[in-house]
Amino acid sequence: MSQKQNIQLPEGSVEKQTTTLNLGPTHPATHGVFQNILEMDGERIVDAVPTIGFIHRAFEKIAERRPYYQITTLTDRLNYCSSPINNMGWHMTVEKLIGATLPKRVEYLRVIIMELARIADHLVCNSVIGVDTGAFTGFIYVFEFREMIYEIFEEVCGSRLTTNMGRIGGFERNFSDIAFQKINNFLKTFPKAMKDFETLFNRNRIFMERTMGVGGISAERALNYGFTGPNLRACGIDYDMRTAHPYSGYQDFDFSIPVGTTGDVYDRFLVRNEEIWQSVSLIQQAMTKIADLDPTIYHADLPNFYLPLKEDVYTKMEALIYHFKIVMGETELPVGEVYHGVEGGNGELGFYLISDGGRSPYRLHFRRPCFIYYQAYPELVKGSMLSDAVVTMSSLNLIAGEIDA
Amino acid sequence: MTLTNEFIEQKLEGKFADQVSNFILHYDILTFETPVENNLKVLTFLQDDAELGFTYLNDLTAVHYPDRIGEELAVVYMLQNIKTSTRIRLKVFTPIIKPDVFTASNLFLTANWLEREAYDFFGVNFVGHPNLIRIMNVDEMDYFPLRKEYPLEEQTRIDKDDDMFGR
Repeated sequence: MSQKQNIQLPEGSVEKQTTTLNLGPTHPATHGVFQNILEMDGERIVDAVPTIGFIHRAFEKIAERRPYYQITTLTDRLNYCSSPINNMGWHMTVEKLIGATLPKRVEYLRVIIMELARIADHLVCNSVIGVDTGAFTGFIYVFEFREMIYEIFEEVCGSRLTTNMGRIGGFERNFSDIAFQKINNFLKTFPKAMKDFETLFNRNRIFMERTMGVGGISAERALNYGFTGPNLRACGIDYDMRTAHPYSGYQDFDFSIPVGTTGDVYDRFLVRNEEIWQSVSLIQQAMTKIADLDPTIYHADLPNFYLPLKEDVYTKMEALIYHFKIVMGETELPVGEVYHGVEGGNGELGFYLISDGGRSPYRLHFRRPCFIYYQAYPELVKGSMLSDAVVTMSSLNLIAGEIDA
Repeated sequence: MTLTNEFIEQKLEGKFADQVSNFILHYDILTFETPVENNLKVLTFLQDDAELGFTYLNDLTAVHYPDRIGEELAVVYMLQNIKTSTRIRLKVFTPIIKPDVFTASNLFLTANWLEREAYDFFGVNFVGHPNLIRIMNVDEMDYFPLRKEYPLEEQTRIDKDDDMFGR
C-alpha cells in the first residue's frame, strides 16, 4: 500500500477504481471447480470472466479408443447429478445408429429411471439455491428423498452416483420386486415432502426478495446463447426435448411443460419445482403402463450388441459366439452420422456420433448443456451484488463435470 | 406450413445454386456442405429467412479427416428451427495447413465458446472471433490434441496389436 501511494500518476490520469475478486476455483459457494474473476465496484459486479477446464478429462478423445459399450461409464461423469439420463441417452444414440426398436416395457422402465434422475437433479439444484440464500432446512429435508432415489438406482444397477446403468438394447437385469416396492414407497412418501419444501420457499418473503429479478435474461438472448432445459423454459419458451423430439416412448405420456416469464432465479426455481411434479406424474403413469406388459422383458432382442447371460455363454453355442464377438469388437456397425439429444437434468444433452464402422466411434462430441449456457454468466450477473452472483450460479445448475467433459 | 427437407433444399439451391452441395439425410437430419468462405452467407440466410427461421445454433464442433487431402478439417454446425423443431447440419471443410473459417459468434452467441473449444482441440482458426484462446487445455499447450495424429495409446506399447483389436 505504501509503495502504491508513492507512484506519481501523470496529470489527468484515472486510477483503477475497481477491485478484482476471485470467486473460485475452490470456493464453497461455487459447488464445483470453476473460477470466476469478478471485477467489483464496491459490492457491485461490473464484469465477470469465467474460467473453466480445471477437471477436463478428454472424454471425447478417450471415446475414440473405446468400444461402444464402454463409453457408458464416460457419460456417467458428465452430469453426475443425473447420470442415468446420460447413460440412457448414450444407449439411445447407439440404438439409433444400429436402427434398433425397443420393447415398450424397456422404454417405460427407462422413463421411470430418467424421471427419478431428473427429480434427484432438480432436488439438488433447488435445495442448493436455498442453502446459498441461507435457508438450510429445505436442503436437509429433501436430501432424504434423493437418498431414496439413489437406493432405487442401487437396487436396479448396483451403484448410486456413477450408475453405468443399462446396456445397449435395454437393462442389464430385470427390475426386482424390491426395486418396484422402493419406487412405490417413494411415490407415496415424496409428494408430502415436496409440498412441505414448496411451502418453505415458494411464498417465503426472504427467499423471494433474494431471488426475484436476479440473474434474469430475456427469451431472445437466452435462445441466442443456446440455453436449454429449465433455464430456457424459465424465460417462457416451451422447448423440451421430450416433446420436441420425443424419444423412449415419451409421446405415450400425458404431461405438461411448465414455463416462466422473466427467466430470473425465482422463475428457474419454480419451473424446476413444477417439473418435479410432472416427473412424479410421469413415473406414476409409467408404473400403470408397465403393469399390463410382460414382466419378463427387460431388453430388446439384439444378440449382436446385448451381452448374453453368463450361464448361457457356458452352455449355448450362439451365446458364446455373440459374447466373443461383442467383447472382441467384431460386431458389424453401420457407417454414418447420428445425433441424439435427450432432456437432461439441466438441458439438452446431445451425442453427435460419427461411426466409420469400427469398434469405437470415429468422433464423438457431447453437446453439454451447461457448457453452452455458462458463457451467458457474465451477462446474468453484471450490475448485481456479489451475493447475487453466488445464487445465480447455483440456480443455473452448473455441473463442473459436464462443463469440462 | 411444415418445414420439409425438400423445401429447405430447394430454398437453399434457389439462393446459392451450386455453392451448396451434397444434400444427404443422415438419419433424421438433413446435412449439406458449402465452401468454407461461404459459411457466414449460408448461416445468415438460414437465420434471417422468415420461412426457414433456423435461429438456434444447437451445436458446433470440428472433425479431423486426415485422409481427405486439402480439406482435412470439417467444421460442423447444427441448427434448429425452434418453433417446428426441424434440425439441419451444415459442414464446411478447410485445409489443415491454413484452417481459416469465419466466426459465427457474431450471429450466434452460442458459437463463442463452442468455437473456442473447436480451436482448442482441432486448431481451427476462427477469423474474427473476439477471444480465440484455449478453453479446456492449458494455455502453454502447443498442439491440438483431438487431431488424429495423436493416438490415445502410448506408442511404446507393443502388446496391443491394432490388427487384432480394431482401431
